[in-house]
Amino acid sequence: MNNVPVEAGLILAGILFILGLISVLIRRNIIFMLISVEIMLNAAGLAFIVAGARWGQPDGQVMFIFIVTMAAAEVSVGLALILQIYHQIKTLDGDAANRMKG
Amino acid sequence: MNEFLWLIPALPLAGALVLILTRGNLSRTVASIIGAGSVGMAAIVAIIINLDFISSGQQAYHQVLWTWMNVDDFSPAFAFYLDALSVIFIFVITFVGFLIHIYSIGFMADDSGFSRFFAFLNLFVCSMLILVLADNLVLLYLGWEGVGLCSYLLIGFWYDEEKNGYAARKAFIITRVGDTAMAIGLFMLFSTLGTLNIQEILTQAPQAWTVGSQTAIAIAFLLLGGAVGKSAQLPLQTWLPDAMAGPSPVSALIHAATMVTAGVYLIARMHVIFELAPVAQLWVGIIGAITLLLAGFSALTQFDLKRVLAYSTISQIGYMFLALGIGAWSSAIFHFMIHAFFKALLFLGAGAVIMVLHHEHDMFKMGGLKNKLPVIYWTFLIGAASLAALPFITAGFYSKDQILWLAWAGEKGNIWFYLAALIGALVTSIYTFRMVFLTFFGEEKTHVGHGAGRLITIPLVILAVLSLLGGFIELPHTMGHVTLLSDFLQPVLPDVVLRPGTEQSEWWMQGIAAILCLLGIYVAYFFYMKRTDLRAEIKGATYELNRFWFSGWGFDALYDILFVQPFLYLARTNKNDFLDKINEGMVTGANFFHKTFALTQNGVMRWYIMGIVVGAILILSLGLLLH
Repeated sequence: MNNVPVEAGLILAGILFILGLISVLIRRNIIFMLISVEIMLNAAGLAFIVAGARWGQPDGQVMFIFIVTMAAAEVSVGLALILQIYHQIKTLDGDAANRMKG
Repeated sequence: MNEFLWLIPALPLAGALVLILTRGNLSRTVASIIGAGSVGMAAIVAIIINLDFISSGQQAYHQVLWTWMNVDDFSPAFAFYLDALSVIFIFVITFVGFLIHIYSIGFMADDSGFSRFFAFLNLFVCSMLILVLADNLVLLYLGWEGVGLCSYLLIGFWYDEEKNGYAARKAFIITRVGDTAMAIGLFMLFSTLGTLNIQEILTQAPQAWTVGSQTAIAIAFLLLGGAVGKSAQLPLQTWLPDAMAGPSPVSALIHAATMVTAGVYLIARMHVIFELAPVAQLWVGIIGAITLLLAGFSALTQFDLKRVLAYSTISQIGYMFLALGIGAWSSAIFHFMIHAFFKALLFLGAGAVIMVLHHEHDMFKMGGLKNKLPVIYWTFLIGAASLAALPFITAGFYSKDQILWLAWAGEKGNIWFYLAALIGALVTSIYTFRMVFLTFFGEEKTHVGHGAGRLITIPLVILAVLSLLGGFIELPHTMGHVTLLSDFLQPVLPDVVLRPGTEQSEWWMQGIAAILCLLGIYVAYFFYMKRTDLRAEIKGATYELNRFWFSGWGFDALYDILFVQPFLYLARTNKNDFLDKINEGMVTGANFFHKTFALTQNGVMRWYIMGIVVGAILILSLGLLLH
């Protein structure tokens, strides 16, 4: 375990985060955007784990548990919203949901 | 009895409060009983106190009601001070005021603002009484501004017409110029003497300043500014002719008998300061002399009956100022009192004439009223004779003659003052009898409506009697030498000092004055009764001069160019108030940012996410850079 360098873990977390971000930006399907947000959350969680392992502290894992809990709550709210949007505009295209523009 | 002194201003105040608080819901009978009754009660109290004061021979009575305010060492009291000078003033104010209230019941009978009218009149009487009874200058200033307010309210009483409101504002603003000067004078008095109590000032001033001291001169000139504004003297006289827009009883009470003489009262009251400032006192006389001439010549050309009387008021107050300027203090007060009687009489008479002629003001459309309105004719004739100083029988002769003689014989008198007063006397009798001949003689030109009732004629008769007999309390050396009034005033106002070697000149001075008065009457008779054909010729030949005098020597036009137009120009230029630009700028900026940021809310979620990302990167990199 110890021979995995911290930088490698953080770079992996960074790559995952940027992948998630890019796919949030370029995807039009709301469900895929939600999945991408999950990837970003998990990237953040990975960074916590790596940092926790680096310092030998349990805090990183505690934070990860929080993130997972929050992600579960977020997904349930997010899916409910997606259902509602689908009812309203009969499509999952995120760009179509721009009726609230100023 | 003296302890009831506070009742004199309190009664009219109570009357005013009742009439104001009932908002015209009282019947006319009740309103007139409250309005005239309160002043009548005040007059009775004043007469009783005055008789008591005179018979007991005391010098002064001081009544402190309460301390008005107490700030550091400045604690003016709400206190009244009764001495010989205020005795005369409260008598004239309450007595003439009461007669005018009685007259008003008849005059205003059909007016919709009946109760309002009496409320304002009562408030005016109260303020004027506070002015003359005040023991300190702060309380005096309260009364001073109070009468200014009532004057404004009553000039604009018939506010339906725009020009009345304009006249009211004009009077208010022009007198405010003088009041500002006076307020600065009071500040200077307080900062140098540390008190505004009149008696303390009068005793401390001679110790604090020598004769001709700079401070005394400055204060005297500032007080003179206040007096000039209130008494409609040069250069602040332009408001008074326009003030005739008010009802006739108002003109009689405020703009002839009482308020406009407040300036005379102020100068007489503060005479010690003017004696310490001979330059200022000389200017009081000069202003009086010039004003009496200017106003006299203007009165010659007016055709509105009330404007003739307005100019003659300015002119007669000029005589009072002249008397003050030569140190003939008691003569000024004597003339004030007699003037109050006959000028109130003339205004009330003019009001009655105007009323029965259905609001006709133009004298050239009147005429032949002699037989139609005998009571008004005879009383008006008596008032006019008194104004023209008809020798021996009228009170005006005795009061004006004293000023004329002292303008020459007094220690501070000189030949120019005397000549100005003499020419003024001639002009006075010409315009007075021009007015009488035009109004009452000749053929009838306007239909006479219903005659005047008792409420109107009784005050006229009483005032006519006073205009005839009032003069006998003070007779010159050559005729009996009665000095009741000047002896009475002597503890308050010093006697005038005569120049040596002038005592003998009195009888021929009186002769000249008497001849000039008769000459003036003859001139008026000649042009307005005998040779009325000459009038048009003269008017045609002197058209320009006539216009100039008619407009009051062009003062209105001058002030229009000097003050009104520049002010209007500034107002127009700065219509979009440049200081307001700062506030407007804030609004514009907020609007601009609002519009800009509203553009970013375009509903495209990608933009929002990019915004968040860019923001996060910015904050992170800032944190790293600054670390």
